[in-house]
Amino acid sequence: MAIESLSLPHAASASSDRHALGWRLLIAGGLVLVLAALVSLSVGPTGLTLSDLPRALLAAYSGSGAPADVHARLVLLEVRLPRTILAAFVGASLAVAGAMMQGLFRNPLADPGLIGVSSGAALAAVATIALGSSFAGPWVRALGIWALPAAAFFGGFVTTIVLMLIARRHGTTAISTLLLAGIALGAIAGALTGLLAYVTDDRELRDLTLWSMGSLAGASWQKVLAITPFALVLLLMTPRLIRALNGLLLGEAEAFYLGIEVESAKLRIVTLTAAAVGAAVAVAGTIGFVGIVVPHLVRLIAGPDHRIVLPASALLGAVLVVVADVAARMIVAPAELPIGIIMAVIGAPVFLHLVIRRGGALSAP
Amino acid sequence: MRRLIAGIAALAVVGAGTQVTNGWAAEVVDATGYIVKAEDASRLLSIGGDTTEILYALGYGDQIVAVDTTSQFPPEVSTKRKVGYMRALSTEGVLSTGATLILASAQAGPPEVVKALRASSVPLVLLPDNTGPESLAEKVRLIGRAVGAEAKADELAASLENQLRELANARSRISKPAKAIVVLSVSSGRALVGGRGTTADIMLSLAGATNAAASLNGYKPVSDEALIELAPEAIIAVRRGPDEDTAADIAALPGFKAIGAGDDVPIITMDALYLLGFGPRAPQAASELMAQLYPELPR
Repeated sequence: MAIESLSLPHAASASSDRHALGWRLLIAGGLVLVLAALVSLSVGPTGLTLSDLPRALLAAYSGSGAPADVHARLVLLEVRLPRTILAAFVGASLAVAGAMMQGLFRNPLADPGLIGVSSGAALAAVATIALGSSFAGPWVRALGIWALPAAAFFGGFVTTIVLMLIARRHGTTAISTLLLAGIALGAIAGALTGLLAYVTDDRELRDLTLWSMGSLAGASWQKVLAITPFALVLLLMTPRLIRALNGLLLGEAEAFYLGIEVESAKLRIVTLTAAAVGAAVAVAGTIGFVGIVVPHLVRLIAGPDHRIVLPASALLGAVLVVVADVAARMIVAPAELPIGIIMAVIGAPVFLHLVIRRGGALSAP
Repeated sequence: MRRLIAGIAALAVVGAGTQVTNGWAAEVVDATGYIVKAEDASRLLSIGGDTTEILYALGYGDQIVAVDTTSQFPPEVSTKRKVGYMRALSTEGVLSTGATLILASAQAGPPEVVKALRASSVPLVLLPDNTGPESLAEKVRLIGRAVGAEAKADELAASLENQLRELANARSRISKPAKAIVVLSVSSGRALVGGRGTTADIMLSLAGATNAAASLNGYKPVSDEALIELAPEAIIAVRRGPDEDTAADIAALPGFKAIGAGDDVPIITMDALYLLGFGPRAPQAASELMAQLYPELPR
């Protein structure tokens, strides 16, 4: 690896220590994710546990109509299973997207929200809620419960395309322009969202507020199918972006001299993250925090090497959202808390603790 | 499928929303056109303040096992389990209540959860939206059919319709309708006023007043200057609890002072759930509002 050969001699042993730590982190992350998924499947307000799974599977297989079997099948296979998978995909996508954005912009605060992707997605979703009963009525009705996710995805994507058109000049993309234009687009989307919130009625306003706090309560197999291609493409493409991201750690020019095709890497990173974040926002609303906290957590533990940062972020992001979702459905059961609130309550103190313990020295991406 | 065909046949014979009685197991056509088979009203989940009030009025309060957070009347409802805000339900949370029948306001959501509940073995009856005074009796009759208390529901619905007719009679004696506004709350110096498409609007028209804020859509904050422009002749202050003094908050605003609120323009204080809940107490609330707006009107 190019990066390895660039390590200073006295840093070499520290680097290999960190590398071993990184691998342990990946293995631990994988195990914790499996554990979290099992907990998520066996915990819920109905009190059904994994021991009811055989009954649920049998009901699904034989089409048994006994109420208790139907109940078990519905809760375990139609509610908790898609919810768990959705939570894992959303968490992994947001965390990896965050890690990539921070690497691309060489800015510890970068996340998909910063370049306006989430704001664009949110604007389109809010427009669907606010104008669904009047202006945009016909197509909202035609798309049914898909109107909101489709709009969110579309909004995120359009914002990204506009952003790339603005930032690309003479075949190159200026990172600073990308960042500033993203902030400006985000501000415009935010203002339009505010305007729409003002013209909505009371009921729509409640929907809007709830949506903006994120929730996985509406999880279904259709939503799992909707996010799977985007999340998988993002996750499967990460190995091919590691070299570029590690190169970019040194600076854009340095990466170029290392033989990295910086332009195509930028393009791929932005479009991949935009698609995955758009899909995540579409199925679960806006869930903040994952994209910033998880990659930093990983860097604090295992250092800035993207070979570890990207996969570990995916695993820990998935764990965080799965666990937060279990809390969301249990704390006020049978009611449901928005996951965004839980995320901040769990994530922020853990993050703060780590920052304080490390003497405030955040390792730059 | 057979159930669907049977339901449609029943519909064709006796008209929309009619049940096929069988013991009391009933096939109810709910407000969204779904044919729901209701046969056990021993454990009810009530979603929506108006739904809960109607169930209590029909004597089914004890059978309610859980409600949503908008259900706040009668006071004994506070001891029931809560499944959260009606537009943010969770499938598993709702199923965990062990309800045998779910009665839900048209506003219940999110749509994915309603869809999942439809696929469950628990019957779900969605009620019509509050589009006007006629939806009141409609809701009562539908709930009555679903819980197997049709006779009692008919009685209540008839009494409500009767009260609405009396209101209409009383309205015909009003020579000049008052221009009024309903103020939901006052925050950071602006009043939140009920415009078109709100239950506040329906209640004003029931009480024989015109909504001075009919140009607004939904509940909207109104500035001092806009308030002077609306020029209401009466202000209805909505109080959400015994400790809230919306009337005093209103009287303190400069814009309201300018239009003479509290002096020439009376401020009428009414309880939020009573005035805007649109349950079985709605006609009574409208009549009380009318009495306050037109004290000179013969009763």
